[in-house]
Amino acid sequence: MDLITREKIKQVKRGDQSAFEDIVSFYQNKIYQHCYRMLGNRHEAEDIGQETFIRAYVNIHSFDDKRKFSTWLYRIATNLTIDRIRKRKPDYYLDAEIRGTDGLDMYSQLATDHRLPEEEVQGMELQDYINQQISGLPPKYRSVIILRYLEEFSLQEISDILDIPLGTVKTRIHRGREALRKKLRHV
Amino acid sequence: MNCSHEAVELMHKYLDHDLTKEEEGRLRVHLEDCEACQKHFHELERTIKLVQNTEQITAPADFKKSVMQKLPAEKKNVKYLRWFKAHPVLTSAVIFVIFMFSGMFSSWNQSGELVVSKQENLEIQGDTVIVPEGVTVEGDLLVKNGDLRIDGTVDGDVRLVNGDLIKDDTIEGSGLMASAGEVNGDLQQVDQVFEWLWFHMKDLIKSIFSLGHIQLTGT
Ligand SMILES: [Zn+2]
Repeated sequence: MDLITREKIKQVKRGDQSAFEDIVSFYQNKIYQHCYRMLGNRHEAEDIGQETFIRAYVNIHSFDDKRKFSTWLYRIATNLTIDRIRKRKPDYYLDAEIRGTDGLDMYSQLATDHRLPEEEVQGMELQDYINQQISGLPPKYRSVIILRYLEEFSLQEISDILDIPLGTVKTRIHRGREALRKKLRHV
Repeated sequence: MNCSHEAVELMHKYLDHDLTKEEEGRLRVHLEDCEACQKHFHELERTIKLVQNTEQITAPADFKKSVMQKLPAEKKNVKYLRWFKAHPVLTSAVIFVIFMFSGMFSSWNQSGELVVSKQENLEIQGDTVIVPEGVTVEGDLLVKNGDLRIDGTVDGDVRLVNGDLIKDDTIEGSGLMASAGEVNGDLQQVDQVFEWLWFHMKDLIKSIFSLGHIQLTGT
């Protein structure tokens, strides 16, 4: 962890809110993006992303300075997104687009399950399609794929973030890659 | 080599940089012969590239502001300390006001009697404190609500609050040296209530700032 972050965290631990503002500035895009990838929509990403920073601030004294701050922050974010996914009502996907800011029509997402991927991809931008496939992975595969390939953490760091053994990270990343391969091989 | 299990397993180990030299050799030999596994391997590599190439997303413009607004209130002492450091002049004014309302004046009014910081070897005649000839006061001397005559020596600062320094031989009169005795430090004479206040405020401000310093740079 760089010295500036370390010093800022010391100040936050003494209760200095203005130092925390700098931490939010530095990590907000990364954490927001992580939440967005995990949750698949901007509204929830904003909600959970903000909650991540609030939890980090309130619990800053439980952060061990010897560890990496980003790992700790991503752990909070990942746990909150997984909680949110669990608490979703079954009809959540239908609601999401009515509030929607995503441009992804969730009704059509349900409908397209019966279509072949080639047809589906032609109907939308490739980027959107890939995002949708990542969001469609089961959460335990989704989190490792996002952390590895979008946030570029090492497998050991992912093991720290998710608090699971390294072997489990490897199993999940293999399965996540296979699941995505099947979805993306036609594009 | 069994394609669906062993070869694919090795591919994933390769992608995680986990292959031994021996395993790498075996995978390479198999890939040369097996078109299905070649295809599988390319698909995996391409999948990773597609995922990595998705565009970066940035947080909404008001994200940080919303977070900061939702944080629980900051501990008061930190807020005050930061404010004090940023506004030293106003700080003095604030402390002055606090003192006015916290009974500093009443303590001033009540404590009309003579106060001396060191009693040892000093003579007191009525309202006058005398440092006798041949006597040396070690350290600072404070006299409040009384006069001071120094015939001996004060090895430190002298603070006279609401009193005068009595000079015996005013005939020779040349300031401090006119006194028979000696002050080996500063002489501060404080006569008025506001000066007295200011005198204490300086101490208080100093202690606040040094406290702040310890808190902000300590472990
Ligand atoms: Zn094969």
